[in-house]
Amino acid sequence: MTIHEHDVIVVGAGGAGLRAAIAANEEGADVAMVTKLHPVRSHTGAAEGGINAALRDGDDWELHAYDTMKGSDYLGDAPAIETLAQDAPEEVIQLEHWGMPFSREDDGRVSQRPFGGLSFPRTTYAGAETGHHLLHTMYEQVVKRGITVYDEFYVSRLAVTDHDDPEDRECHGCVAYDIKSGDVVGFRANNGVILATGGDGQVFDHTTNAVANTGDGAAMAYRAGVPVEDMEFVQFHPTTLPSTGVLISEGVRGEGGILYNREGERFMFEHGYANNDGELASRDVVSRAELTEVNEGRGINDEYVYLDMRHLGEERIYDRLENIIHLAEDFEGVNPVEEPMPVKPGQHYHMGGIETSEHGETCINGLYAAGECACASVHGSNRLGGNALPELIVFGARAGHHAAGRDLGKAEVPIGSSAESEAEEGLDTPVEPGALDSTDGDVAADGALVEPTEVVEHAVEYERSRVEDMLERDGTNHAEIRGDLQKAMTENVNVFREKESLKDALEVIRECRERYQDVAVSDPSRTYNTDLIHTIETRNLIDIAETITLGALARDEFRGAHWRREHQERKDEEWLKHTMISWNEGTPRLYYKPVVLEGESKEYEPKVRSY
Amino acid sequence: MSTQVQERETDTEAEETSDQQQRRRSETGERDDMRERAETDLSEADETVRIKVFRYDPEVEGKKDPRFDTFEVPFRKGMTVLDSLIYARDHFDSSLTFRHSCRQAICGSDALFVNGRQRLGCKTQMVDLEWPVRIEPLPHAEVVKDLVVDMEHFYDQMEAVEPYFQTNDLPDGELEEQRQTRENREKVKMSTRCIWCSACMSSCNIAAGDNEYLGPAAINKAYRFAMDKREGADIKEHRLNIIEQEHGVWRCQTQFSCTEVCPKDIPLTEHIQELKREAVKSNLKFW
Repeated sequence: MTIHEHDVIVVGAGGAGLRAAIAANEEGADVAMVTKLHPVRSHTGAAEGGINAALRDGDDWELHAYDTMKGSDYLGDAPAIETLAQDAPEEVIQLEHWGMPFSREDDGRVSQRPFGGLSFPRTTYAGAETGHHLLHTMYEQVVKRGITVYDEFYVSRLAVTDHDDPEDRECHGCVAYDIKSGDVVGFRANNGVILATGGDGQVFDHTTNAVANTGDGAAMAYRAGVPVEDMEFVQFHPTTLPSTGVLISEGVRGEGGILYNREGERFMFEHGYANNDGELASRDVVSRAELTEVNEGRGINDEYVYLDMRHLGEERIYDRLENIIHLAEDFEGVNPVEEPMPVKPGQHYHMGGIETSEHGETCINGLYAAGECACASVHGSNRLGGNALPELIVFGARAGHHAAGRDLGKAEVPIGSSAESEAEEGLDTPVEPGALDSTDGDVAADGALVEPTEVVEHAVEYERSRVEDMLERDGTNHAEIRGDLQKAMTENVNVFREKESLKDALEVIRECRERYQDVAVSDPSRTYNTDLIHTIETRNLIDIAETITLGALARDEFRGAHWRREHQERKDEEWLKHTMISWNEGTPRLYYKPVVLEGESKEYEPKVRSY
Repeated sequence: MSTQVQERETDTEAEETSDQQQRRRSETGERDDMRERAETDLSEADETVRIKVFRYDPEVEGKKDPRFDTFEVPFRKGMTVLDSLIYARDHFDSSLTFRHSCRQAICGSDALFVNGRQRLGCKTQMVDLEWPVRIEPLPHAEVVKDLVVDMEHFYDQMEAVEPYFQTNDLPDGELEEQRQTRENREKVKMSTRCIWCSACMSSCNIAAGDNEYLGPAAINKAYRFAMDKREGADIKEHRLNIIEQEHGVWRCQTQFSCTEVCPKDIPLTEHIQELKREAVKSNLKFW
């Protein structure tokens, strides 16, 4: 049995993972990255817009924190938000010092531009391909430092002790499937495992996310006993191309792009969706506005609206948004210099995720999470444009430093069961969520498994037999199950949500679980078996979809990205709290923890979120 | 299995139509629903496009000898080569193997040899190709399985040029960036767009003959740093030394094949030429 041993293991090699690995390396740890893609293939590379950071005179971190709290609709935790705003400037300058090719002003300093929901133009950018440059710049640093990268290794299980109480458990490593050779190998982490596996957009069938974004980290942590937080908050980006889900950056609207309906009306103003900020209102507001236009018959082909940037002029478009021209031409056959682009909302980002403190810690000792898979919570119920990339680098760095032993002080964001304020007991679900029976292997044993090497070996054995089993038996192909799941989620757990359709979704999810019992991999090969990888991913998608839907059903209010037909108002007296779901050995349990509005030097007062 | 170029010469095509595939599936009782769905889609589609896909698996009986499989895929407006492969995999043969992730030409995973040319599957529209469409793995690389090639050599070459920013001129002030003119940023802009897809390396005759040749992508990476004035003169000198080595810039015979296939429109050949000139200038300085 092959077991690789390192101080810190980082799972995933996008922005958060790379930054975490560099941080752990800076701290002197022997760090290795384990990733199912090669690092430069990670989906951070697709981020277009920019990185919010208070760098300039007239701006300061407190304004950034305030904007973020307001954008979160008062569901972000103040200590995490303030940490983001405080650390972002230093992290951005660090990237510049690592050579990142930011766009520049006449004086040679890095450029910043306005973005939705920001009180100051603080979105630092590198053309319309900021994520690509951020990803490559940090991977260059990983190469420079000689950090070990196990690329095309798919981590499928965490190696965690089996104490009854998740908070007594310890993470000692993980198990990965070596995609090229078909071996199942163990990774032993002496100091910690950092999950940085990114998003889970593949839960839906129209998404800007990559095919690889299947929520693996969140699903693994969840089953290992870490609660997931605010899973109902899924951001739908208002400007994606209808045929593929390819994203058209908010930068287009930041530079002055205009949204029109079929009547040629600038509906954001003319129909009163956002009288002050218009197209630059936050994403949930714009997404709902677009779908309302379409639902009321003012869309084009009953599907989309137009995003027009022709008035910006060819020179400005080429200077600042050149890649948008290529995207619209290659993926939609439209030249945006000459005609408006068709756009509609698509799943884009998951605010919810693995519960962590602002140091990236989870309630399982030695297990961390950072980036989109985590929920600190910075974005609360809605993420502002330009806030995802700083989250990756700020919290990636903190998790890396902490795992490698740096003292960051005591975290202010509470995690684990001590943070629970109330249990959800009355949730009316049409079917029982969670595991179908207690034999599906994710249920912890008897507390006997505690010795680190044994824990890893046991996890490897378990995964080996799971893989063998799927390869050898006959049964259903995962693609059908995945397709039906995605379709049900897009139909029922989209921008507009209501009780009955959420229940319908839970029934479909349950059916998917049942069908997954018989799932089988048709490709018998050990070499590069993507059929097997996708089959394992599909299980993760089922668990993630269920938590999103359960959270959406529980939260009977309208906040940020979560809208309920029967409850179209924000209910602060009842709902200034996070929705928590713990796997609870296969019988998911919902509970709540209060949002932390107490900042370093002030209390954030919930206000009406108008733009 | 070294390259598929020979494969084309010997033409070991062993075609199996999707009808046959469906019959076979049905006989084994496997995935009937999938088949039905595929048939429904096919009957509803006005048009189908035939793709011929290279297949090889070193350990599966019947796939050890490379062959081509044919799939009939319902055509939709806007369909890309990648879309057709995904359709074939999800409806006809789940063992069909290819890399892909972002679907928007930024992850660089799906460079393929399509109708005899290196292209990214996700940004190649079927309507722009001659049908049937022939899809093969990148030439001049080891085939791992089906359309997946071993990228290790490409990554090694990329890493051989010290592909990371180096400078001795960081500003002292707190939170202060290095200044860079817009012109200088513009100068390196195209070179920074590389997505490491390796289409250029695969298209390059020199790289095919000289395994140690750095190749267009790695030299472009060196260009990206050598031309970035933030690095300073000493480091530029060091970079020029690296790319001037025996298997560096002087190997390039300016055939422009790399530039032609680059999906990000990077003027690779021009960058190589410019580095040659820089190297000459730099050498003259010491005379």
